[in-house]
Amino acid sequence: MSPALQRRLPLFATAAVLAALYVTAGLRYDNFFSARVAVDFFTDNAALGIAAVGMTLVIFSGGIDLSVGAVVGFTSIFVATLVEKHHVHPALAAVAALAVGTVLGAGMGALIHFFRQPAFLITLAGMFLMRGGAFWISTDSTGLAHPLLQRLSLWELPLTEKAALKMSALVLLALLALGGLLAHWTRFGRNLLALGGNESSAQLMGLPVGATRVAVYAFSGLCAALAGLALMLNSGSGNPRDGIGLELDAIAVVVIGGTLLSGGRGHMLGTLLGLLIFGVIQSAIRFDGSLDPAWTRLIIGALLLGFILLQRLLLRRLVRR
Amino acid sequence: MSEMRLQRWLRSPIVWPLAGLALLLVVNLVHNPAFLHIGVLDGHLEGQPIAIFNNGARTLLLALGMTLVIATGGVDLSVGSVMAVAGATAGALLTSEHPQFHALPLVLGVSLGVGALAGLLNGVLVAYAGIQPIVATLILMVSGRGIAQLISHGNVLLIRSPGFGYIGKGFLLGLPFAAVLAVALYTVAQLGLRRTAAGLFIEAVGDNPVASRFAGLATARVACLAYLASGLCAALAGVMDAANIGAADPYRSGENMELDAIFAVVVGGTALTGGRFTLLGSFVGVLLLQTLTPTLVFLGVDPPVAPVPKALLIVIVCVLQSDLTRRWLKNLLPSKATVSVAGRVAS
Repeated sequence: MSPALQRRLPLFATAAVLAALYVTAGLRYDNFFSARVAVDFFTDNAALGIAAVGMTLVIFSGGIDLSVGAVVGFTSIFVATLVEKHHVHPALAAVAALAVGTVLGAGMGALIHFFRQPAFLITLAGMFLMRGGAFWISTDSTGLAHPLLQRLSLWELPLTEKAALKMSALVLLALLALGGLLAHWTRFGRNLLALGGNESSAQLMGLPVGATRVAVYAFSGLCAALAGLALMLNSGSGNPRDGIGLELDAIAVVVIGGTLLSGGRGHMLGTLLGLLIFGVIQSAIRFDGSLDPAWTRLIIGALLLGFILLQRLLLRRLVRR
Repeated sequence: MSEMRLQRWLRSPIVWPLAGLALLLVVNLVHNPAFLHIGVLDGHLEGQPIAIFNNGARTLLLALGMTLVIATGGVDLSVGSVMAVAGATAGALLTSEHPQFHALPLVLGVSLGVGALAGLLNGVLVAYAGIQPIVATLILMVSGRGIAQLISHGNVLLIRSPGFGYIGKGFLLGLPFAAVLAVALYTVAQLGLRRTAAGLFIEAVGDNPVASRFAGLATARVACLAYLASGLCAALAGVMDAANIGAADPYRSGENMELDAIFAVVVGGTALTGGRFTLLGSFVGVLLLQTLTPTLVFLGVDPPVAPVPKALLIVIVCVLQSDLTRRWLKNLLPSKATVSVAGRVAS
């Protein structure tokens, strides 16, 4: 096996798992191979996917961001409360929420970089901060009645007679493209992978390690806030409980997509495939009806274990070479 | 000489959490002079300090296991999920149709066994497969709640066994049994680790695993055992939780408790980089955390908002403990450093 091929092996493994799952589910359940089901993979998991784009970049840099789920919940209730209770224009509220997410991310990145603190601990604190903040705003959910938000929430881009893309799915696709561009075609993306691969050599090469690290956490915060907006639009209400456990699913999606959790290696395409695997499992369990929804978590956990062990094996081989 | 002893005492990591705890107690005593009052109700002790110990018993157990794991240079994110799994296991056995499964030794044995198995899985992944601790324990953190929900069929299982309930809300000689059990385990762990070489082994693995291995230490086995201990502690905490509320809740049991445990350990003076640990510090850290909750309620902070000040406190403690701050403080107080050096030379 050539080294180039071997480097991409996790990506191929992900694609193979996705194909196997999709075909098996399609053969077992009627109407699974329809455009509507395929579109639902994106719509149902729009928030997860958007957060996973930011998470992918953070994991490229060798870090982790556990605060995304809480930022989703905070954004959701923050915007809904501003618009419905304080009559702020939705665009202004959305911009404010995106700013909060970005500033929080940048702050966590700065703490992680300049004070040399473990990323998981600082972002775990960020999670507590934002979840507590969300409950501070309101402990109950708020329905969206503003005409603009309602229109956005119901708006669809028709694809076929039965399938249509919702706003949140469009945002997800756009962000996946943007994330892929950032990661693989810009200097920022190169810096990220270099930083994740080996921080000291990145520093010795003269790369802007600090700025890159702060920027990537800020971008993840921005993505998480966007995910909160998407979830709010999808559900038609703001809820401080939105996004509980979302960070774990996002990390799982990224890792199942073949990105190395220790950083320095991976591809945004893998995150898209990982998201689709998540969607297929979820839809198949819904189609089946007799299976407990808890199986989604279990299968994701098993896939996570499998991919981490595969990566470990590949890495050992590469090191021995 | 006594000045030096004072200095050494001031430099020990336990001073800061103790000072924090004292500060919280003062704040509470100003608001409510009866805060430390302990009375007798129905033949057992009651009062705020007793409640703090009783509510803190589960976090105390988690922090005990977490201290050992962090001392080896790792971290165990799965403890909350393992709590849910162990609680659900106990609940499923106690509510099963076959009465022979209701025997308490069997229930406890199986639930703790499940926790040990979970800890063993974490340990094998970290110590033998060489996966980073955050990643390895993340797997069980993700799937653990799914397992708990499968065991309980997605239900919250109501437990009506008085014998089982004793573990969570019983009283031993007037003291809450859960707290007595936790304190007893800390004592056993402290004696077992510090009166033997075991504690030193754990610190050696966390300090420098390569050097420890070359020194002939079975580093993988030591690390694996630390995770096993953490799994056992988490399972016991899960059983205690189910016994305390009289129900096994696969969704909420142990939710966010991993952070409480990590927080208590870090505040207690055990560094996340591993290599040294203090069980007494973790103990005080948990008490600090548990006193913080009623204090916040006193100050008018709603329980759902309580994570905000907790998060800020964690960040402040981390920033204060960081090398950057220490260097900065040292530069700020150059005279003190010279005095201490001069004092050492003179003595």
